Amino acid sequence: MKILEEGTGELVGWHDPDENRAWMAKRSRAIVDKRMSLSDAVSKYVSDGDVIAMGGFGHIRVSMAGIFEMIRQKKKDLTMLGKTGVHDIDVMIGGGILSKVEVAYCFGHEMRGLSKCGRNAVESGKVKVVSEISNAGHQWRFLGGMMGVPFVPTRTMLGSDTLRKSSAKVVEDPWTKKPICLVPSCNPDIVFIHVPRADKFGNCQYDGYVVEDFELARAARTLIITTEEIIDNEEIRETPWKTLIPGFFVDAVVEVKNGCHPCNMPGQYYFDEVAISEWLDMSKTDEGLKQWLDKYVFGVSDFKEYLELNGGEDKMKYLYELEHYRADLKAPWLDKKLGKKGGK
Amino acid sequence: MAQNDTFYTATHLMAVTAGKVLKDNKSVFVGTGLPMIAAMYAQRTHAPNLLLIFEAGSIGPQMKTLPISVGDSRTGYRAISISTMHDNMSFSQAGWTDYGFLGGAELDKYGNLNTTYIGESWENPKVRLPGSGGGNDVASLSHSFIIIIRQSKRNFVEKVTFITSPGYLDGPGAREKAGLPANCGPIKVITQLGVYGFDDKTKIMKLETIHPGVSIEDIRNNCGFDVIIPDNVPTTPIPTREDVQLLRELDPTGMAIGK
Repeated sequence: MKILEEGTGELVGWHDPDENRAWMAKRSRAIVDKRMSLSDAVSKYVSDGDVIAMGGFGHIRVSMAGIFEMIRQKKKDLTMLGKTGVHDIDVMIGGGILSKVEVAYCFGHEMRGLSKCGRNAVESGKVKVVSEISNAGHQWRFLGGMMGVPFVPTRTMLGSDTLRKSSAKVVEDPWTKKPICLVPSCNPDIVFIHVPRADKFGNCQYDGYVVEDFELARAARTLIITTEEIIDNEEIRETPWKTLIPGFFVDAVVEVKNGCHPCNMPGQYYFDEVAISEWLDMSKTDEGLKQWLDKYVFGVSDFKEYLELNGGEDKMKYLYELEHYRADLKAPWLDKKLGKKGGK
Repeated sequence: MAQNDTFYTATHLMAVTAGKVLKDNKSVFVGTGLPMIAAMYAQRTHAPNLLLIFEAGSIGPQMKTLPISVGDSRTGYRAISISTMHDNMSFSQAGWTDYGFLGGAELDKYGNLNTTYIGESWENPKVRLPGSGGGNDVASLSHSFIIIIRQSKRNFVEKVTFITSPGYLDGPGAREKAGLPANCGPIKVITQLGVYGFDDKTKIMKLETIHPGVSIEDIRNNCGFDVIIPDNVPTTPIPTREDVQLLRELDPTGMAIGK
């Protein structure tokens, strides 16, 4: 195949498929109780310098509990696959555990605007963007990793600077003779996924909003699951069609109720925009960021204590009602934005 | 341009104008903010069977209120399916998506968009922006796309700093030459001043309608490149009071349309 163009971005998370097969061959298929504490899971499985990806969608169904624990344990020099990083990557950057990022979407908060914390880190050189990619391109990197092939052909990114700063290559397709983009497969060292339900063996069930977890879970070289609740294996076997991640892909299962707060857990709780506003405000400065981390991460011993600082059960009840359109959205960042623009 | 004496704002006009582009029984890949409002507006008015598609997986929702994210649970309200990114991106690549909707920090005369960085170099950006997200995919894989953006001399530039998402690249035939799906690209640019299309021959932006109270001079003064301006440019139809009422229902907190 003739190579027509090569992106100059750094190739992160790529493995020769044979090397990756050897890694997967060594992983256990045993049906064993994989439950452990979050601190044990993080200290056992997360290594400095790992290439990491988070399941969910940046601020939807993300393992915030997993992120807090990595920060608490002062993990460092991780390379983030920013496959739509929103609140997750923002807190990871603020917490000082990342040094490199491959960017599909990062440093932004969708309707909330740009993230000052993420931007500061990149603009000051504290965190380095090593490659660009599109959302579909990123997710197809995981598809390739899941399939055990070295790359996936796609028709996206062609002709753009996004491709030029990616790790993809453009070749002449042997059938049509037209240029086609090959995205290199990706098998992250470590992936965290937060799910609604799992059993102790790691079998995970979903209520929709899978995004790219199906591919990511299978591409992962190590997979840590945090779950809203642990259910009985019988329940899994009664409704196996709801199981999107079979337990053998999973290395650790940790029960963390509300472990996605302040993000959206579809069906269970909507965004806590009050908590997110506080983060957006405080993380603008080094001083504020330090105060926030001291209060919410280092000042508590686990996620439950963190939740208490954010209104505990009462707050979660409100977020449940909000998720089901029975309460009004309280969003200080929005009040500020509308106030500033003077209404009309 | 000043609309203090009217019942609608420039943002209302942009949302409604964008919504009117979307035809019934077509499919649209929707991004955060005004595109969502425009698609929801179209579905509630002239295009009840408009198929909404979200990158995070929702298909065919009839959303009640504006989501904060293209992936949050509001995108799944009365949906026909909540699928995956792989599914929605793949069927777009296979030709099922009629319209995409994009915004950006910079735009050039060929409709190329920058959402990656502003400054001297990619390595040392002055302002780091979020990157492509699904933007490049929407621009690459939809049959057509619509751009909603506020225009000024500063962001309507001769050459964008970085082509995050491809418009017509450097002119006619360039998309196909790069290997992108044939006969696709931007069809409209909707700003606070007017509506633009793209000239068939040159693929350069061409003024189609001008908003009430806006002059050709305003268009030129707020554009950093030579846009094609025909002799007679009609005025953009304004929203009705009912339209504005509907927008407020769709975005009760004013997240996208303001208060």
